[in-house]
Amino acid sequence: MATRGAEGAESYDSASQRHAARHESFLRYRGLFWAKLASVVALLAVVSYLLVDVEPRHNGGSWYGYALGTIGALLILWLTLLGVRKRAMTPGRWSLKAWTSAHVYLGISLIFIATLHTGFQLGWNVHTLAWALMLLVILSGLFGITVYGFLPRYLSDNRDETTEEQMLATVGELDRQLREAAQPLDTRHAAIVQRALDEEVAWASVRRRLFGTRFLGTSADSLAEIRRETLLLRAPDPHLDRVEALLARKVAALQRIRSHMRVRALLEAWLYVHVPMTFATIAALSAHIVSVFFYW
Amino acid sequence: MSETYRIAIVGSGPAGLSAASRAAQLGLAHVLLEKADHLSDTIYKYQKGKHVMATPSQLVLRSDLDFAAGKREKVLGTWDEQTGGNKVNVRLNSEVVSIEGEQGAFRIALKDGATIETETIVLAIGTQGNPNLVRCPVGEGAVVQYTLDDPQEYVDEHITVIGAGDAGIENALGLAADPEQRNMVTIINRSADFATAKAANVQALTAAQDAGRMIILTETTASAIEAGEIVFDTRDGEARARCDRVIARMGSAPPRAFVEACGVEFSGPDRTAFPRLSPTFESSKPGIYVIGALAGYPLIKHCMNQGHDVVEFIKGNTALKPADEPILEGKFKGLPGRLSVAEWLEALRSSVTILEPMTPLQMREFMLDSEAHFYRAGATIFDRNEPGDSLFAIARGSVLVQVDPDDPAKTVPIETGSIFGEVGLISGRRRGATVIACEDAICVEIPRMAALKLQSQVPPAKAEITRISIERQLLQMFGSGLSREDVAPIVETAEIVPVKAGDTIIEEGQEGYDIFVIRVGSMVVEKTIGRKPVFLSYLPAGTYVGEMAVLEGGRRTATVRAAVKSEVIRIDGAAFKALLEKNPALLARAHREMETRQDLNDYVEAKKDSFSGAVDMYSSIASFLVEGGIGEATDVLLIDENLCVGCDNCEKACADSHDGLSRLDREAGRTYAHLHVPTSCRHCEHPHCMADCPPNAIHRGVDGEVFIDETCIGCGNCQRNCPYGVIRMEKKPPRKPPLLSWLLFGFGPGPGEPSHDWIDKRVSPDTPKVAVKCDMCAGIEGGPACVRACPTGAAIRVAPEQFLSVARLEEGTI
Ligand SMILES: Cc1cc2nc3c(=O)[nH]c(=O)nc-3n(C[C@H](O)[C@H](O)[C@H](O)COP(=O)(O)OP(=O)(O)OC[C@H]3O[C@@H](n4cnc5c(N)ncnc54)[C@H](O)[C@@H]3O)c2cc1C
Ligand code: HEM
Ligand code: SF4
Ligand code: SF4
Ligand code: SF4
Repeated sequence: MATRGAEGAESYDSASQRHAARHESFLRYRGLFWAKLASVVALLAVVSYLLVDVEPRHNGGSWYGYALGTIGALLILWLTLLGVRKRAMTPGRWSLKAWTSAHVYLGISLIFIATLHTGFQLGWNVHTLAWALMLLVILSGLFGITVYGFLPRYLSDNRDETTEEQMLATVGELDRQLREAAQPLDTRHAAIVQRALDEEVAWASVRRRLFGTRFLGTSADSLAEIRRETLLLRAPDPHLDRVEALLARKVAALQRIRSHMRVRALLEAWLYVHVPMTFATIAALSAHIVSVFFYW
Repeated sequence: MSETYRIAIVGSGPAGLSAASRAAQLGLAHVLLEKADHLSDTIYKYQKGKHVMATPSQLVLRSDLDFAAGKREKVLGTWDEQTGGNKVNVRLNSEVVSIEGEQGAFRIALKDGATIETETIVLAIGTQGNPNLVRCPVGEGAVVQYTLDDPQEYVDEHITVIGAGDAGIENALGLAADPEQRNMVTIINRSADFATAKAANVQALTAAQDAGRMIILTETTASAIEAGEIVFDTRDGEARARCDRVIARMGSAPPRAFVEACGVEFSGPDRTAFPRLSPTFESSKPGIYVIGALAGYPLIKHCMNQGHDVVEFIKGNTALKPADEPILEGKFKGLPGRLSVAEWLEALRSSVTILEPMTPLQMREFMLDSEAHFYRAGATIFDRNEPGDSLFAIARGSVLVQVDPDDPAKTVPIETGSIFGEVGLISGRRRGATVIACEDAICVEIPRMAALKLQSQVPPAKAEITRISIERQLLQMFGSGLSREDVAPIVETAEIVPVKAGDTIIEEGQEGYDIFVIRVGSMVVEKTIGRKPVFLSYLPAGTYVGEMAVLEGGRRTATVRAAVKSEVIRIDGAAFKALLEKNPALLARAHREMETRQDLNDYVEAKKDSFSGAVDMYSSIASFLVEGGIGEATDVLLIDENLCVGCDNCEKACADSHDGLSRLDREAGRTYAHLHVPTSCRHCEHPHCMADCPPNAIHRGVDGEVFIDETCIGCGNCQRNCPYGVIRMEKKPPRKPPLLSWLLFGFGPGPGEPSHDWIDKRVSPDTPKVAVKCDMCAGIEGGPACVRACPTGAAIRVAPEQFLSVARLEEGTI
């Protein structure tokens, strides 16, 4: 029914702009450019490994081994720089998405580069330690992109336009009202409410924090107890009813914020392996390089 | 009271105070009438400890009172003291209710019943107006107040807030914010919804209700207020509640009605109009002078200078040169020829058609806001697709418009005295063509606000700008090869029609032969498929719609309605058809374009059967965005919550690229189908934030960004006016230690915005708060930091028409 009037519109509505108007994930960045490049790198490594004849057998100390080793070590250092890139907001035409894309795929290609570098000569030594730590980093990275792949949706659905701050405020507010509503109750009932009030939002245990979907806290216990009591009552008690309603809301609010914190924690937890292991890898790698050059 | 004063000054703001001091110094018989029980009520009501700014800095202060930037208390203290020292005859608690009589013998009636007689009157009552009062009976001992300075003052009270506009909601939220205060807050609203409040405020309010912190009563009015109790009139009948205090925030009535009742005429009917004044500030009613914010000068320094000058004028000192002379001298310095300021003003006025009707005073004020440029022959004045919303007027020489982007040789000249650049001014969109100087030329660049003021003050200027803009818009839209004569018949039939948000201009299935050009705002095109409206496309300003019926005949094939408040040019279809028939090239082009659209319609219709899920999704996402106000955005940040991992790197990057303060709240904002619109500036076509900025500190920059410059005085008006809640008032934090020393040694707060505590410890309590908002990272290579810093690709910035194109549907990226 309509036409863009100004002819200029087309030129500024160019293909690249249309492209920028879409959400494209780091995994699909630039039509999988880095995935393709990394595959070529890995393939080259495998093919050359098979073609190059090293006597008596492939090992890290041959010229070929040195070449792969150097590439691998430099790649690890470059992969580590992602942590700096992420935090250094310098001007320029870079995007962290492109970096992450390259990081992920080149990181995976390291499996080939480094493993072929070893010539499959593994043992209980610092050299193999460096390789194993690196694999750990890579595996945690793979775990990372997996959770990045499906958890964000849950985070979004669960929070349903509320912010973390608002969720916390809701719990605080319900506590305030519970405290008020508990004033007219007798000591026994007040003690039940008190147990709900004593419950902290965040679980103390890390395990529960990460996986504790089915755990219920003392608020839920209190709710169950009060429910049982109200069911047994002959005449409805408006004070208990109000407390029950508030407890039910608190349990729901706790569930939402805990889900939120759990998913956020899961999205981050792997980095607590990925990053320290990166430094461990670099330490082991340094030891490996030093020992190779000085004590071989 | 039998004495007749020479001058009565009404209102003791900076303008009135300065006038009264001058009168006292000159020994004129005068009186200063002030409604409140203290001087300068507007400034008195600033927030405690607010830093008052003294801009523009180039302007010298000419007043018997001192004024320098500083705390509100200090400014007011100085004025109180000096007003006393100058022996000003002040009469407090003296609200003027009417003015009668003529020059030389005015009678001013005060609220307390007294009458004051005076020869001349200076009106300096500002623009704050009077708060609307509660209309129900108020009993003895009941507390009703119209302002709330410090919500923290009240504890353990039952408080009712009347009025659910932004002011009322913010007060209610403030009173209920801290549970420790144990206030029971009720807010009542006459209607069922909160139409006048910002979405963010309404959301916070309902959240507060859900959290049990507040009671909201809609469709309710107060029918009586007594000591300790309030009676509500609700839909279900009368209700009583405990109430220790009523805070009434029902808006205020602007002072215009009062001023007009005094006999003073305004320049036009719109809300932005000011009284018509002579170069000596005299209004259309001889003997009544108008100065200060009411005269259109909201900055304190201007107010004070005018107070001084107006009394000199009244005394007969007409040779007085205005204090802004040096500023104007500076503006004309770069121009060839040695003329004085007055000569330049006259030269510009007499050579530019739209400026001709202005008075010398208006011309002066106008040039303070505008710039004069000199261009050598061949120099580019602006480029096609460059953003910009200023208007240009040619005072000498002529310019060439390059109408064909592919062939710079195709040009249309614009002569001396005419204007150009009006499309950007009207639609807020990018420049449609490159304009170069044809010979050496002098042009006046008129910023948007000044152009709006000009149009409201000088009606002929408005008519001329409208006529030219319609003509140009048509020429530009229908492409090269057309001349002014070709479109003249269309321009004659053209009519500008305002369209309310949501109203339709074209109804599917109806007869209709008109063409509509979208001049302001934007439209959505919808088609009913399977009894459901399906979104077809989004039309920004500068596009036209409705020609299908002209070309093909038949009924309308889709519905077009306004996404936001818009303005369209209605063109008679027959005149348009005649134009097409005379221009085969144009006809062919129109046909080509129509076919593409036809294809699109067919495509959507076909898709609808095989792919109805995708089409529905596309439609509902489009409606969600349009409802969220995207229709007035030019560039908006959108987050795909399928990808967003919540790392907040976007916010951190924003803070680190801008003085350590983030201009974006990633988590807040609306979400639909995992598409999230965070709280961040959308760079509106016609920014609401610009409406009422005393120093005119908000502009549209070269990349289309709406930004605030360093002249911001921290008044907070823009924050209140932005309907999307994206402006923060903050103190600028000091620099952080460099990243490396944080990475290696843990120095400083790390990337991102430092905590409030960290900032508060390091900035002095006197540091003024200023407005901060997104500037689209203008001037930073690489563009918006939020997008560059997102590791997953969740964050993008787009123009709505790019995002809402059916191309997305075809590419399957919904
Ligand atoms: C929050 C805020 C912050 C601001 N910060 C700054 C700043 O930092 N720097 C700056 O330069 N400008 C600032 N401004 C703008 C500036 O304060 C005003 O534009 C300026 O005060 C206008 O001065 P005035 O003398 O024209 O009118 P006002 O200051 O509005 O004074 C009008 C006076 O008239 C009285 N009055 C009204 N009606 C009657 C009546 N019928 N009878 C008797 N008396 C009457 C009122 O009580 C009042 O005292 C700010 C504005 C606001 C709202
Ligand atoms: C030896 C190889 C690798 C090293 C040394 C390494 C190192 C790092 C470092 C230092 C970071 C920065 C973390 C931070 O600052 O928050 C990081 C982030 C990341 N890495 Fe790796 N990495 C490696 C391999 C991989 C692999 C193979 C993958 C995926 C398959 C991967 C996926 C990621 C992702 C997704 C991020 C997070 C980006 C973000 O959210 O900002 N990494 N890595
Ligand atoms: S600050 Fe608000 S009103 Fe101003 S341009 Fe941005 S979104 Fe629009
Ligand atoms: S930018 Fe906002 S806060 Fe600053 S002076 Fe303008 S309206 Fe007031
Ligand atoms: S940087 Fe990207 S992934 Fe991180 S919070 Fe912002 S939008 Fe989400």
